[in-house]
Amino acid sequence: MTVSVRDLDVELGGRRVLRSVSMEVAGGSWTAVIGPNGAGKSTLLRAALGLRAGQGSVEVSGRDVRAMRPRQRARLVAYAPQSPKLPPGMTVFDYALLGRSPYIPHFGRESAHDRSVTADVLERLDLAGLAARTLDQLSGGERQRVVLARALAQQTPVLFLDEPTTALDIGHQQQVMELVDRLRLADGLTVVSTIHDLTLAAQYADRLLLLSDGRVAASGPPADVLTRETVARHFDAHVSVAHDAEGRPLLALERPDRSVEEAAG
Amino acid sequence: MTAAPGSRRTRRFLPSVRREQRARLRPVHLAVALAALLAAMLGALLVGAADLPVPGVLKALAGTVPFVRVDSGLGVVEHNVLFELRLPRVLMAALVGGLLAVAGAGYQGVFRNPLADPYLLGAAAGAGVGATLVIVALPGAPRFAVPVAAFTGAVCGVLMAYGLGQVASRGGLGETGGGTGTLVLAGVAVANFLSAIQTFLQQANSQQLQRIFAWILGGVGTADWGQLRMVAPYALIAVTVLLGHGRLLDVLAVGDEEAVTLGMSAARVRLLVLVAASLATACAVAVSGLISFVGIVVPHLVRRLAGGSYRIVLPLSLLVGGAFLELADLVARTVVAPAELPLGVVTAFVGGPFFVLVLRATRRQVDV
Repeated sequence: MTVSVRDLDVELGGRRVLRSVSMEVAGGSWTAVIGPNGAGKSTLLRAALGLRAGQGSVEVSGRDVRAMRPRQRARLVAYAPQSPKLPPGMTVFDYALLGRSPYIPHFGRESAHDRSVTADVLERLDLAGLAARTLDQLSGGERQRVVLARALAQQTPVLFLDEPTTALDIGHQQQVMELVDRLRLADGLTVVSTIHDLTLAAQYADRLLLLSDGRVAASGPPADVLTRETVARHFDAHVSVAHDAEGRPLLALERPDRSVEEAAG
Repeated sequence: MTAAPGSRRTRRFLPSVRREQRARLRPVHLAVALAALLAAMLGALLVGAADLPVPGVLKALAGTVPFVRVDSGLGVVEHNVLFELRLPRVLMAALVGGLLAVAGAGYQGVFRNPLADPYLLGAAAGAGVGATLVIVALPGAPRFAVPVAAFTGAVCGVLMAYGLGQVASRGGLGETGGGTGTLVLAGVAVANFLSAIQTFLQQANSQQLQRIFAWILGGVGTADWGQLRMVAPYALIAVTVLLGHGRLLDVLAVGDEEAVTLGMSAARVRLLVLVAASLATACAVAVSGLISFVGIVVPHLVRRLAGGSYRIVLPLSLLVGGAFLELADLVARTVVAPAELPLGVVTAFVGGPFFVLVLRATRRQVDV
């Protein structure tokens, strides 16, 4: 399902955090939102979910998401936050089962179907063996997968992931990203994620949206967005950009000219 | 990704889910809690100043079951002691303990803080002002006037706190979830304000101090069928609503924002649970004064012993709270017999040290 954001304006505490941000995400594709700290990446996801007030429109296959009731919206878009609250004594199974909430009536309880969907998702994410563990007993990588499991249990066509690889080592980053990609291709999910790591974003996303100071600075295929010049301008970083066999950009940090610094020091 | 051991076995048994993966109320826990409550109630019925014969009491109780005719062998006086003094008192102690404990559990779920108690939002202070007003201003008022005034005061106290919290948080950033901290602060402000009024009323009417203190320290010694009938309907509604929200309070444990993305109207759930818990608290304080610690101690005991899911904590708190206060009341009326200790003193005496233990044990999980 397509996701389209048009002219989104968000103000937080008198500061304009997003300024007429627009984004078109084709059904079944992966768009990564990148940008320097404080550019408004997480706010974009939250505002698109109606968690932040703001002007503009957010539509998922033509339907206004922000005007929906939470229950309808939760059947359309699942969200995995950057720093989820993990209730310490809750089991992995119960936590993933929370993803079935949009399908359970107010005073109702989970059906056998809800439980089997959840068990299925845990199985797919290789978490079945951890189902009886409590959340406080998990490693960082397991936690990310558990949060992903909760989002997948919602069985939505659209997935919003806020920094799914934060605090993971390089191996676990790859695992989580491969997993999301596999699930996206298998189920035809539309994925919008914020990602800190530019090379990682470029490896997995179909398109990148570069936010800088609340505005869209660039958007398009990774190779068009991630150039030496844009990275220097918006991240204030010196990088060299190479390209892999598929033409996806690979970034490497470059030390600023050391002889100049030494002369100055 | 390495395959976790046992994943293949689970695949074969899909979609069956093993029991230990889900935190649910186990029948054995429910049975134990129920048995504890019934045993405490029976014990409390049998012990007292008037030495009632055990077989007679049991027969008389059996006689209350429809279509059962048993000759209890109790005299008129004994019969009256049993049915007009002890039974209402025993029922009231169980009811008040259950209400306070389940209300405390509800507040803890709403505020995501295991140290929240039923008096957090000014219910106690409001009830205090209501009861004190009636005692000092209407000395000749009928007996039911004090509970009615205490109930009204408790409800007004919570309404004031909620109103103030709403007004105060409206000036904020409009973010979801920012409201609970403001609400707690509003509760503190209202409780202090009402306590000041209460203190002033007390000072100005020192000749009534003893009656006021007797009410504040709490007890179920004056319980009668009239009081039970008065609070029963509200108590029933409050408990039904609270017990119906176990699953939703579990969802709320992930935070307002995430709960909303899971399709829950966090604000509506919070309001419903707050109203029900406040109603339960108002019922309890109206008929028993201010009994502290039950609302914190009991839910914690349950959490420790049976699990932290609100589907477990709410129903078991109701039963265990009843049993706990029943035993406390038994202590209150037997330790210094024929005099009685104030019930609030007994619960605080047990609750105080326990509270410190809970504080130490939960320091890690509490986020304020």
